[in-house]
Amino acid sequence: MAVRARIEVENVSVWFPLYHGSSRSLKKMVVAAASGRLGQDQQQRVVVRALRDVHLTLEQGDRLGLVGGNGAGKTTLLRVLAGIYEPVMGRVRVQGSLNALLDPSLGMNMELTGRENILLRGLYNGLPKPMLPRLEEDVAEFAELSDFLDLPVRIYSAGMVVRLGFALATAIKPQILLMDEWFLAGDAVFLEKAKHRLEAMVRGADILVLSSHQAEIIRDWCTRVLWLDQGQVRADGAPAEVLSQYLGTPLEMA
Amino acid sequence: MGYPRRVMSTTTIAATASLDLNADMSVNSRQRLAVNDLIGGARLWRLALALGWLDIRLRYRGSMLGPFWLTISTGVMVAALGMLYSTLFKMDVKEYLPFLALSQVLWGFLAALVSEGCTSFTDAESVIRSVRMPFFVFAVRALVRNIIVLGHNIIVIVVTFAIFSKLPGWEALMAIPGLLVWIIDALVLTLFLGAFCARFRDIQPIVNSVMQIMFFITPVIWKPEQLGSSMSKLPLNPLFDLLEIVRGPLLGGGALTGTAWLGAIVFSVALCGVSWAFFVRARGRITFWI
Repeated sequence: MAVRARIEVENVSVWFPLYHGSSRSLKKMVVAAASGRLGQDQQQRVVVRALRDVHLTLEQGDRLGLVGGNGAGKTTLLRVLAGIYEPVMGRVRVQGSLNALLDPSLGMNMELTGRENILLRGLYNGLPKPMLPRLEEDVAEFAELSDFLDLPVRIYSAGMVVRLGFALATAIKPQILLMDEWFLAGDAVFLEKAKHRLEAMVRGADILVLSSHQAEIIRDWCTRVLWLDQGQVRADGAPAEVLSQYLGTPLEMA
Repeated sequence: MGYPRRVMSTTTIAATASLDLNADMSVNSRQRLAVNDLIGGARLWRLALALGWLDIRLRYRGSMLGPFWLTISTGVMVAALGMLYSTLFKMDVKEYLPFLALSQVLWGFLAALVSEGCTSFTDAESVIRSVRMPFFVFAVRALVRNIIVLGHNIIVIVVTFAIFSKLPGWEALMAIPGLLVWIIDALVLTLFLGAFCARFRDIQPIVNSVMQIMFFITPVIWKPEQLGSSMSKLPLNPLFDLLEIVRGPLLGGGALTGTAWLGAIVFSVALCGVSWAFFVRARGRITFWI
């Protein structure tokens, strides 16, 4: 059966080299290397410190909310947990199946039909063939596309696209669920039916990591809150405590 | 990977997985992660296949003939070039056209793999940045896409060979090991170029102009024999070697096929070594580069 879900993040730092303009150019590198400036050049490289020395352990049953202003490193931390960004320093260990809701349109192709998009999503998730019909049935039923299922997504109404995207994102149930804030921002979530589906998924997950600007959602769903500020952990603890600190600070943080 | 069944029958459960990423990695653990990338990518072969097909379908979306436009344009080009060059070179059309059709199609395959290898990762940016996905998937995708193109262009070869009743004999089967070498080289090169071009955006134009030069200095539209005594230097060109190990057998065995095999093997081993070393080192950084 499934392993026990667990996330361990030890002293993780992530920084992005900024490869705009000249630093990306091979010519500059070669010229710099030839003139003996390479070492210096590399040290002078502009980097963005997206995460600094983050330490975090999550066990089965934990529901973690991430708060912090824009650019505080919430999405970067989610990407690190999902294994998309590999840490520059430190170590990340994740056990258990994982689903990261980071990009609303992952693998959605406007030229394909709804049905083809569902199958493609199944393939992206590496589902074995016998599981695909089940996925298709589940998504089709929730998204209520009926006859449109076999027409290209391009001709769907905006509402239909949102429903399909939401149904796809919530179709595959993981042990560890990572959710970025966009996911709760859409109108879809506030439809009663979507809310139920999302809550069922959240309840079904062994570990939830949720990034959100909305304090109410964090308060309702999370048992622990991590406040990130400029890539560093500023506070980590019970929701009531950390949220009041976070919300108590002047708006300059945002 | 295991798929536990639980709760309702309509629930799809994600595959179990585990991840251990350490920044202070030894060469061995980097190697292990790179090997896992290949294994994981190979497991997702159905995705790679679907994406490859999709690329072709979307490229020719809405057109009536679809990818058969490839067949037509290659056919027209071979016919036109064939007429012109057989006159210029004072060669028999019957001899020259089958040679040109074969060379042109095979070269097109090689050149497209090289040039699309450069963009294999940057094109998949949105996927790479939203889900952990083995990079090998994108290498297989590029290969699949180009094999489909090759499949459509093969018609031109078959038709030309049929018109001039130039049927290859049993030695044509010797092209199969050559094609296997191509497949390995293509996958390895895509991993290398995909990563390298993501880091250095200058590489792609360089690669493209090098390939353009290579087209002229490799016997694609001209025959190796036309070089006369300098012909023995041709195997120094790795692209000639690669081309010849497949083309030679199909044309009934060229004089240089033996040497070409030697060159192709030496070149492929070197390519695999360099690419693997780079990929092992760069794999964890590619996401930051694209």
